[in-house]
Amino acid sequence: MGTLVEEILSRRLGRRVRAGQTVVAEVDCVMAHDVTGPLAIEAFESLGMPLWNPERTVFSFDHVFPSNSVAASELHRRIREFATRNQVRNLLAEGICHVVMVEQGFVRPGGIVVGADSHSTTYGALGCFATGMGSTDIGVTMATGRSWFRVPETLRVEVHGELPRAVQAKDLALHVIRRLGAEGANYLSVEWAGPAVSSMGMSERLTLANMSVDFGAKCGLCEVDAATWAYLGLPDGGELRASGARYRDTLTIDATGLEPQVAEPPAIDNVRPLSELAGTRLDEVFIGSCANGRIEDLATAATLLEGRQVHPETRTIVVPGSRRTYLLALQRGYIDTFVRAGAVVMAAGCGPCLGRQHGTLGPGERALSTSMRNYPGRMGSPEAEIYLANPLVAAASALAGAIADPREEL
Amino acid sequence: MARVFRFGDGVSTDAIMPGRYNLTTDPAALARACFVEHRPGFADAVRPGDLIVAGSNFGCGSSREHAPLAIKAAGIGAVVARSFARIFYRNAVNLGLPVIRCPELYQAVEDGDQVEVDILRGNIRAHGRAYQGEPPSAVARRISEAGSLVELIRTGGWAAIEEVI
Repeated sequence: MGTLVEEILSRRLGRRVRAGQTVVAEVDCVMAHDVTGPLAIEAFESLGMPLWNPERTVFSFDHVFPSNSVAASELHRRIREFATRNQVRNLLAEGICHVVMVEQGFVRPGGIVVGADSHSTTYGALGCFATGMGSTDIGVTMATGRSWFRVPETLRVEVHGELPRAVQAKDLALHVIRRLGAEGANYLSVEWAGPAVSSMGMSERLTLANMSVDFGAKCGLCEVDAATWAYLGLPDGGELRASGARYRDTLTIDATGLEPQVAEPPAIDNVRPLSELAGTRLDEVFIGSCANGRIEDLATAATLLEGRQVHPETRTIVVPGSRRTYLLALQRGYIDTFVRAGAVVMAAGCGPCLGRQHGTLGPGERALSTSMRNYPGRMGSPEAEIYLANPLVAAASALAGAIADPREEL
Repeated sequence: MARVFRFGDGVSTDAIMPGRYNLTTDPAALARACFVEHRPGFADAVRPGDLIVAGSNFGCGSSREHAPLAIKAAGIGAVVARSFARIFYRNAVNLGLPVIRCPELYQAVEDGDQVEVDILRGNIRAHGRAYQGEPPSAVARRISEAGSLVELIRTGGWAAIEEVI
């Protein structure tokens, strides 16, 4: 009984817990990446305690991998040496932590995962209570296997109807963020539910959970059903749903009338329907990220780019979310499509999303990205502009060299 | 007296500490890069104990703890905001950077104003008027009293938190 987050935490703790209570709970897994890892290691080492569990400690090299600077190489070295000293074998260097953690079975329905990255909320799509934290919290969990949580109140987003053609989970998330504002879910659990969410594939549910943090949520959860277990390649472990829950708020949406959405700079809640922004010239298009870098996202972009050429003045960068995504994209011919279309395909990882690696924007440049952050300076110069949209819109815009409507191409 | 550095709404961790500057854990290097693009010259201008006063959703975005660490290492005595993003707030508490929610102060002060702050009580006096910050949660208070989360767990373990929840 209760909201999904109350249900997950109650089962784990073996007693009923309610929103507003504070609990200390053991986690399944603790994760840090190449930029937040070294600070977490420092916090851990100041405690003077042994590592809680090397098999449940994960480091992901993804934000700057392979390293492009001496400073980044130094961070990587510190993590590798720490891992060797502490028998940590989970050194993932094959894509974005939030894609790889799911692929490699570190995330389970009903579990608890904490990560030193805000988009750790992604795992909530699998009915796992997962939240992003800073390095100190993560260092403490590395030592003790536990963390403290205030059980959040829940905002239920109930989506009815069918998403129209070319409208994806990204658009639904942006629509909700426009309505509620960039801190509309601050401290809350967002429960994504209703027929339109249950009929979504897992990749789209992962996008919804991922972007929950971008309007402030502590976690973004989807109910567990047969599709969840199938995605993980596990025997069906049954459903996990909210029941008899008391919500802080319920937002009911009819998806039928939605059109593709675009977040304009300089904030995620600055969202307009695509039609109002069509024609905006672009210097760069980025397809990838933990919001939209999975195989389904590359597939959708490839449908539009097949046999076409991207606009010569718009550099188009495609970054598969993981090695597995990359291999599937190779097998299915998407990489061939992208490269022939004139796009640059980079190694699996976070890519241009955080302006640290490649595809960095210069002053006055304008990009459209399938990531989820458009703060000034996020992808490079603070004088650059970042628009956010779904991968179909990104592909259509890459062809046009300007923000374009994919529905005209499909 | 503390001098006010006033910022607007929705100041992200990308503004506080751009992703191109946080490939280090050295507090001094991070302090130099604090607001390096959003407000150039910030790090040099801060005197120990100065105050950041900001609008809503301060510290939104990335979980990078480099952001509150840089603010603290730059010498800022406390951040007072209309509201904070969740992860930033928790990170600041964990590091011992005082963070005070006080919705009223934001409209009452200008950049460069001199104010008095009582960090422990969350009391701010500006232009002869007193403003009261919201009290922190029991857990946040316990961490603040210990100085940092690491200190609290190192000396008291989880029992130190479990006894106040």
